[in-house]
Amino acid sequence: MPYVSLILGRVFKAVIVLLAILVFNFFLIHAAPGDPAAVMAGEAGATDQQFLEDLRERFGLDQSLPVQLWRYMSGVLQLDFGYSYRQQMPVLDLILDRLPATLLLTGAAFVISLAFGILAGTLAAMRAKRPSGSVIMGLSLLFYATPLYWVAMMAVLVFSVMLDWLPAYGYSTVGAGYTGLTHVGDVAVHLILPALTLGLFFMAVYTRMTRTSMLSVSQQDFVKTARAKGLAPGVIQRRHILRNALLPIITLAGLQAGQMVGGAVLTETVFAWPGIGRLMYEALMQRDYNLLLGIFFFCALLVILFNMLTDVIYRLADPRIKEAT
Amino acid sequence: MSEPLRHSGEPLSHSGESLLRIERLSLALPEGADRRYAVDDVSYDLGAGEILCIVGESGSGKSMTANAVMGLLPTGVHASQGRALFDGQDLLAMNEISHRALRGRRIGMIFQEPMTALNPLMRVGEQIAEVFEAHGLLTAKARKERALALLEEVRLPNPQAALRAYPFELSGGQRQRVMIAMALALEPELLVADEPTTALDVTTQAQILHLVKDLQQRRGMAVMFITHDFGVVAEIADRVCVMREGKIVEMGSAREVLDSPQHEYTRALIEAIPGDAVPPSRDEAPAKPLLAVKGLDKVYRSSGGWFQPKREVVALDTIDFTLDKGETLGVVGESGSGKSTLGRCIVGLNTPDSGEIRLNGVDLRALEGRELREHRRRIQMVFQDPYASLNPRIRVGMAIAQGPIANGVNKAQAMKQARDLLATVGLDASAAERYPHEFSGGQRQRIGIARALALNPELIVADEAVSALDVSIQAQVLKLLDDLKKELDLSLLFITHDLRVAAQICDRLIVMQKGKIVEHGSARQIFLSPQHAYTRELLAAIPGRAPHAEPTEAVAI
Repeated sequence: MPYVSLILGRVFKAVIVLLAILVFNFFLIHAAPGDPAAVMAGEAGATDQQFLEDLRERFGLDQSLPVQLWRYMSGVLQLDFGYSYRQQMPVLDLILDRLPATLLLTGAAFVISLAFGILAGTLAAMRAKRPSGSVIMGLSLLFYATPLYWVAMMAVLVFSVMLDWLPAYGYSTVGAGYTGLTHVGDVAVHLILPALTLGLFFMAVYTRMTRTSMLSVSQQDFVKTARAKGLAPGVIQRRHILRNALLPIITLAGLQAGQMVGGAVLTETVFAWPGIGRLMYEALMQRDYNLLLGIFFFCALLVILFNMLTDVIYRLADPRIKEAT
Repeated sequence: MSEPLRHSGEPLSHSGESLLRIERLSLALPEGADRRYAVDDVSYDLGAGEILCIVGESGSGKSMTANAVMGLLPTGVHASQGRALFDGQDLLAMNEISHRALRGRRIGMIFQEPMTALNPLMRVGEQIAEVFEAHGLLTAKARKERALALLEEVRLPNPQAALRAYPFELSGGQRQRVMIAMALALEPELLVADEPTTALDVTTQAQILHLVKDLQQRRGMAVMFITHDFGVVAEIADRVCVMREGKIVEMGSAREVLDSPQHEYTRALIEAIPGDAVPPSRDEAPAKPLLAVKGLDKVYRSSGGWFQPKREVVALDTIDFTLDKGETLGVVGESGSGKSTLGRCIVGLNTPDSGEIRLNGVDLRALEGRELREHRRRIQMVFQDPYASLNPRIRVGMAIAQGPIANGVNKAQAMKQARDLLATVGLDASAAERYPHEFSGGQRQRIGIARALALNPELIVADEAVSALDVSIQAQVLKLLDDLKKELDLSLLFITHDLRVAAQICDRLIVMQKGKIVEHGSARQIFLSPQHAYTRELLAAIPGRAPHAEPTEAVAI
């Protein structure tokens, strides 16, 4: 069972990496300027020194750093990521509350960019010498170079304000109280603009990469062998060229997938999407250490998970890799 | 051109009908190529059941006609005149769909590089079954059965397992067998073989040649066999067509061309293979050992990872030998024999696990730092691939001068020395200002030699230094190495897979197999009376060693 032992080894390494990330993030965040107690006191309008001391004591901020770290780490090992002083809720509940919306958005963007990117790249490679191929490459260059927030604002302007086809922001229609399929449909309509916006950049990257990769694979000897067999061009493209050309795409897709939690801050802000990205932004502004650490932890967890998944998929896609580690 | 052309217009001496007739074919190269036509006004016939060898060096256009026949011409190359009639139909005038129907079905093709000619992501069985699928034949189950039968026919060990194997799990020779199985799947009338044995070890080459000949006779196929090697021609050809710079310089039956070549180019090519030639005995001057290797071991271990088993490959197993001053010692063996590892250990590019490497009595493995650098300077290497061993962005003069500069010579002096060295290896001193891509393979190998000489070495390790070169260039580079050796009082460790090359240059030989030295002695002695079975096998496998023997006589598999 080579896969089992491989995955066990990876999991073991992953746990160590995660613990290291926790410690590192903890110190990093405490090294940043700003005192959460002062921020809270300021917002409460209190300038009393005693009030500040009380706040510090209540949240354990008066302890030395190693003690704070110890408390935090032992909490995490019991899946207790602490309490958000600002939101008056456990960090884990806050994150789990927001996670589905973010995963829905980034997952949809991921699938869209991968599917359309590979499709467009394949077309561009097959029509490398025709105008249609150049048009695809021109568009992909445009999407590659355009800043995300600008695309987002223009999309809202055109499709929401001018054409009124799609909602401009939000996760679902506020106060409509839809249930069941109507609710699913409502969320899907809200999802279209942000997911497309978020996916465009990577779609352009996949398009360019698929094209380049296919053109270079098509020069290889085994493609000549396939032609010498008398195979039809379509079969050669799909079975021989595309399959080999997708190997580097897997690597890149793994990188994109790793950004699923933390990569949508801008899009979530523009479209008022109630996801992790916005939560992170707010936590940062409010010096909400525990919440911030919790979000960082989940980001790291997802990166590691998707790296492992990429490794497994790579092994399935390319039999030559089984030999090496 | 008034080239002596034999048989060109005459009817076939063979009894068979002409299956493939090339008529006044010219293939135009794209604008800006070094000549206008890849193939220039070429005509020949290939009869059913006949093996025609097209012979030539790189750039002769020998593969281009085959590509035109297959409809696989590179982009930019097109037929500007002539016809290629296959069974009466002009392949060049044919539309792509009818041409595709012929490919694989009536015309099969095998290629030079078995390592890259198979799709790395598909199982061997699937790739063979694809040939039937391409022509809409058989059911999936029947395709698999035929694939198995074919793998048995090309005598692959354990065909059942091979069916499920990926290409990377097979050796080069096994992959070439798979390629042959694939090309023969639909029993084509014509097999085009483009240098199918060039990338293989000599014993494997003999087996594949035997297999092709055997299958050709059993099936009555016509074979167009493209090669640069007259040794191979002697083994397999019925008729020969010699090409140079896109033109046919000579054509005739194999016996005629080999026994009495008319054109000087043909003669030069044939002379480049020693055939039955035996290395001369060389006078045994009282020798002073320069290099002494003792008990050298090297095992390659793949790290395996935390939960995976380790894999070990023994590359060197207690290697002992000495190399005398002024001597050329050949290290001969097939791929995987450990001969390159040995060379790399001596130069210091690999670290042996244990053993001694003594140069002038000093154990190099015990040295460190400055002392090691000083001694390492005395052993220099000439690499196999003249295209990959020079940095494309560094001018030739600098590439040669870098070694001396690193050893403390000032730059102006090192550059002057580099120019002198270029003259020594037969290049113009102005070459120093140019980049590697401006030179041909043979010239680059001369640059490689100049680079090695720049540090005034006592020993040169040449690792397959002429394998990538055409035979006529090979002879020149070998002569240069031999001359330099005498002039500069060098010693040479010459690593090669090619016994014919070894015979031309080496005083003594070491024969290696699987990391061990199985035989050593003077080159003459080994050629005349090989003691070890493996040496005998290697010698017997040299193609064309007995050109007058019956061509069916081949090595047992």
